[in-house]
Amino acid sequence: MVRLFRNRPYLLYLTRKAFWYLVAFVAAVALNFFLPRLIPGNPVSVIVGQMSAGAVESATLERLYATFMRDFGLDRPLPVQFWTYLTGVLQGDLGTSFMLYPAKVWDVIRQALPWTVALQVPAILVGWILGNVLGALAAYKGGAFDRVAFTGSLMLSSIPYFCLAIIFMYLFAVHWPLFPASGGYSSGYFPEWSWGFFLDALHHYALPFLTLVLVAIGGQAIGMREMAIYELNTDYVNYARKLGVRDRRVVRYVFRNAMLPQITGLAISFGTLIGGALVTEAVFSYPGLGSLLFTAIRQVDYPMIQGITLIITLTVLLANFLVDIAYGFIDPRIRAGQAGGR
Amino acid sequence: MEIIRILLRSKRFVLGFGILAAVLAFALLGPRFLTDVAPFQRVGGLYDAPSRDTPLGTDNFGRDVFTQLMFGTRTSLHIGLVAGFVATLIGVTIGTLAGYVSGMVEEALMGFTNVLITIPPIVVLILLSVAVDARTATTMGVIIGVTAWPWTARAVRAQTSSLRTREHVDIARISGVGSLEMMLVEILPYMFSYIFMAFILQLTGAILAEATLSMLGLGPFQTVSLGTMLHWSLMWESVRIGAWWAFVPATVFLSITTFSLILMNAGMDEIFNPTLRHTR
Repeated sequence: MVRLFRNRPYLLYLTRKAFWYLVAFVAAVALNFFLPRLIPGNPVSVIVGQMSAGAVESATLERLYATFMRDFGLDRPLPVQFWTYLTGVLQGDLGTSFMLYPAKVWDVIRQALPWTVALQVPAILVGWILGNVLGALAAYKGGAFDRVAFTGSLMLSSIPYFCLAIIFMYLFAVHWPLFPASGGYSSGYFPEWSWGFFLDALHHYALPFLTLVLVAIGGQAIGMREMAIYELNTDYVNYARKLGVRDRRVVRYVFRNAMLPQITGLAISFGTLIGGALVTEAVFSYPGLGSLLFTAIRQVDYPMIQGITLIITLTVLLANFLVDIAYGFIDPRIRAGQAGGR
Repeated sequence: MEIIRILLRSKRFVLGFGILAAVLAFALLGPRFLTDVAPFQRVGGLYDAPSRDTPLGTDNFGRDVFTQLMFGTRTSLHIGLVAGFVATLIGVTIGTLAGYVSGMVEEALMGFTNVLITIPPIVVLILLSVAVDARTATTMGVIIGVTAWPWTARAVRAQTSSLRTREHVDIARISGVGSLEMMLVEILPYMFSYIFMAFILQLTGAILAEATLSMLGLGPFQTVSLGTMLHWSLMWESVRIGAWWAFVPATVFLSITTFSLILMNAGMDEIFNPTLRHTR
């Protein structure tokens, strides 16, 4: 093992990262499994009981009860239940939905997931890039520009996503109806590869996208400004300046050094921003995971909620891992083997 | 009270504190002086426009939005404070332990913390909230607090590790001070400004977490919070109807509360972290 990693610091870094992500994955699956079992009593009868408050026939109820008892495997010992759950998850079996019975949870999630990914990933990336540029400029220029940019970023980043979403929706979809107020596409269309559908989907995409980008810009700009100011005060910058190195060049060094922690910041933002972003989807009734989650919670569709939380975790872990891989390429210290993983 | 004099030097801190004080006064004194109806009392119909009796109109249940806003802000701050306290307590305990006691204990504690940081907090929040029936404001605060501490733990550990190498700690160690006393007397007091800033950030995050959970329909039962106000206004389509009074007040209050806290934090950062100041 040791020989394998000798002179291959990047491989060592990757293996370490992969190990920690594996641990996090198992922990997440375990949380997904154990937390629902904190519900006192038999969760299946609690849930079916809640459903029977509505007008559901008793024969249907019994069939539901049998299905969910089998899915949950409640009559067996806990470790066996966990094993059943784990093997099910690995095979893509997330159980059966309550509200859309007899649809499988994974089949429903599979239709919503692309919408969420197509909305969130570009929004986070664009917000991240613009925010970093703004933060670096604020730190470099200082003075009035910095004050305006910094206070503006503080303001933007303190507006919760969904608050901005609600305000935008009211202003640009209701008061001045420039954009559609809800959904991912108009009712006349159905998802297909055509120009008409694409343009219509883009029209629906604009407002949620803009909301997510604006808030992300604020948060990233604050972080970048802080890092860049710190770098601007370091000895190497002072030295370079005293040597008469041109400003443009100094800024390039500063930007590259301040960038590194910001890349870690990108990984973090996938995890921390997802909550607000999901609610934003719900506000716009965007056909992604957020709206699905909103409905699932209202309908107490436990398997669906559990499936969505699991998929969100997996997606975020995957995104983090990808960022970490990129980080390993970019950070020269990792290539040189001076700094390892965590 | 040297510390207060120093803090007052930052305009950002003073502005943030001023806004927060105004919000607090509105939430705590408002119910006594500014309204004479109960938060759940029906005073009108579905989305009545603002009038002399109801300065911010009524919500979907015909309740006074102005009154709801006071009680809602109070609940949101209550949840935020409980969560901030719980998260800071756990985070500081684990962080100080991990930073002071090195070796296996540190590895284990930080490994645990880092794994929890990787899992998106909203996921744990949703699962916990669904599992806990009959959520009061305090239970919600605890739920949010127990999911939010890893960041504080990580930051406090870094601080503790650097404090541990200071001379006064060495001297205390030579004098035979025990580990517990060492952490409480020689390490913790030197991190107070830092811990307070971490608390402010936790408070901000918790207020937003409450709003997020409530918007999704996992809010506190039988009480009104800023998040539940938004939840109902969303469920009853106030935005599409154009009943701005049903959603603008809660939106604005959430934003200015978090803005004031972030502003306070930025002000303190400037004072306690001289490296963040511009030299030019």
